[in-house]
Amino acid sequence: MVNKKSQLDRPTENDLIEQKQMEWQKRLQETEKNHPPRPVQFTTLSGMEVPLLSSPADLKKEGFDYLRDLGFPGEYPFTRGVQRNLYRGKLWTMRQFAGFARAQETNQRFKLLLENGQTGLSTAFDMPTLMGLDADSPRGKGEVGKCGVSVSSLEDMEELFEGIPLSQVTTSMTINAPAIVILAMYFAVAEKQNVPREKVRGTLQNDILKEYIAQKEWIYPVLPAVKLVVDTIEYCTKHYPNWNSVSISGYHIREAGATAVQELAFTLADGLAYVDACLERGLLVDDFAPRLSFFFDVHNDFFEEIAKFRAARRIWARIMKERYGAKLEKSWMLRTHAQTAGVSLTAQQPYNNIVRVAIQAMAAILGGTNSLHTNSMDETLALPSHESVMIALRTQQIIAEESGIANVADPFGGSYFMEILTHKVEKEALNYIQKIEDLGGMIKAIESGFPQSEIANSAYQFQQQLESREKTMVGVNKYKLNEPDPEIETLSIDPAVEKQQVQKLAELRKKRPKTTFQQSIRNVKDAAQSGKNLMEPILHSVQSYATLQEICDSLKSVYGEYREIGRF
Amino acid sequence: MSQITKPKIRVLVAKPGLDGHDRGAKVIARALRDAGFEVIYTGLHQTPEMVITAAIEEDVHVVGLSILSGAHNSLVPEIINGIKKEGLTDALFLLGGIIPQEDIPQLKDLGVHMIFTPGASLNEVVKYIQLNAPERK
Repeated sequence: MVNKKSQLDRPTENDLIEQKQMEWQKRLQETEKNHPPRPVQFTTLSGMEVPLLSSPADLKKEGFDYLRDLGFPGEYPFTRGVQRNLYRGKLWTMRQFAGFARAQETNQRFKLLLENGQTGLSTAFDMPTLMGLDADSPRGKGEVGKCGVSVSSLEDMEELFEGIPLSQVTTSMTINAPAIVILAMYFAVAEKQNVPREKVRGTLQNDILKEYIAQKEWIYPVLPAVKLVVDTIEYCTKHYPNWNSVSISGYHIREAGATAVQELAFTLADGLAYVDACLERGLLVDDFAPRLSFFFDVHNDFFEEIAKFRAARRIWARIMKERYGAKLEKSWMLRTHAQTAGVSLTAQQPYNNIVRVAIQAMAAILGGTNSLHTNSMDETLALPSHESVMIALRTQQIIAEESGIANVADPFGGSYFMEILTHKVEKEALNYIQKIEDLGGMIKAIESGFPQSEIANSAYQFQQQLESREKTMVGVNKYKLNEPDPEIETLSIDPAVEKQQVQKLAELRKKRPKTTFQQSIRNVKDAAQSGKNLMEPILHSVQSYATLQEICDSLKSVYGEYREIGRF
Repeated sequence: MSQITKPKIRVLVAKPGLDGHDRGAKVIARALRDAGFEVIYTGLHQTPEMVITAAIEEDVHVVGLSILSGAHNSLVPEIINGIKKEGLTDALFLLGGIIPQEDIPQLKDLGVHMIFTPGASLNEVVKYIQLNAPERK
């Protein structure tokens, strides 16, 4: 490190390196006459050109400045990580996303994961829940408990966390359009367990902007939906100081087809839109920014992914400090969860997915993620089975405790190539963010369909690259087997689950006191009409066992519904 | 226009149910359009009735359903039966998405002509439609 720094400072030495590099380049051309490069494109997965070799001279050309661009772990601009001692103090949180069937079944899976060394919970909800529909809604027919756990009322939420002391776990909940209602249910359970508010820890995804961009589980139009996000941020800032009220997510954007740069740029631009909306509400940046968290995908291209995480932290820190004038270090820190790329997994030769996941997980950790979900090998086939979930968790544990990777902070820091790539990713992401700001910010950009069509274009282009074999997917467009793939035992959801949920809900509707829940729904609606913060009225409403859909529908009657034009 | 001897094959690409994963549907829709078919894309979150109405109104030759949420066993029969009942009996029914192997035989019995699972190529889908779409006068 000391050597390299002095090389950068002394121009004469740099001249010498440049000269030697040019000489080497000539010899390389000679070599390549006899040993030509393989006929493939040497680009990242996202199509960025990468050099064969990078040197200190190349780094100097980029204008690299160690103290300005890297600094030290736990310090501005956090390129090298947000914790000073990185994984020596605390390993990343191993957080496997789980949820299926009814609350009871998911509760069992949660307990199994905790018993096996997992350190945080992460809840997947089924499609009806994600859309603010009850289990007995005709629109959700056939979908109850399929992609996640079905939660229609506080009763389900109580069963979901039955026997799990909420003061001792951190819980992540992946839900967006009806997030405020689900959060109210979680807080109601914590209250019942008598957990002090400052001990309630976890993360609500609550990132509605990326729903319009990529994940597409929306209810309300964009503006009232963002208002609900700000309501939760405002409420948590005051009452639940250790709750991450939003997890600004690039994962779905990437899975929908975005490149690494698009993922980074759109996610950060979403983050800026929330910051602006909170400031508009009158919140102070240092009151809420420390609880904003992020969630990125981690895909196949090893170096590009590491660079993406490093660039993400640097861009966010600089914007929060320089543009918004945040004073607290915590406001500058981009803390992130990561998940390996579901879209990179193949149904063909599914055991290969274990290897893909391991490589992706290593990239996330070398990129300094704070929390990680590793996908199970069978996720392109069905919900993960018990066995494959265990392999995925063990993958993290092997990296953490056998590989030595967790001993060192940002081991790629100072790599000529990695620093150049980090700069490149940063520069291209900033260009995109500028483009979005020129369109009037992310909310306007979404309404005009800009990020949606950029992603659709990238997805189409990638598929064509697969078809032309310009890009390789092992087992899919190359190295195919002529024999059938091994049969893997997968998890299937008993259709009886839906009937049981519907019946349970019918019983709840009968046994709850009618007047209180009806009044509570009216209060929610009144508050929505007057523009008040909705968190308190919704909390009271879930406590009177009003259902998810009853609350969401009452808001829908005030806000209306979002409609997307089916562009392709 | 007058030089066209055969009518263009009309394909409905539909996203029934609550599933928001539309990457595959959009890529397929675009590939089919580029291959010269006339493509109608329903957009997201369609009820079976909405898909049936679209298929009938557009008088399509091919109905492609994309489902990644596991709700295929309930949505697919409702849509196929509905479309047939409304009189579009010769339509070619295709299904794409996350469909477990063990569900495939019964879906085929219900009238799905072909199921494209992850890793299927665009070319395969285009060729299949060219070969199997119904001829109409």
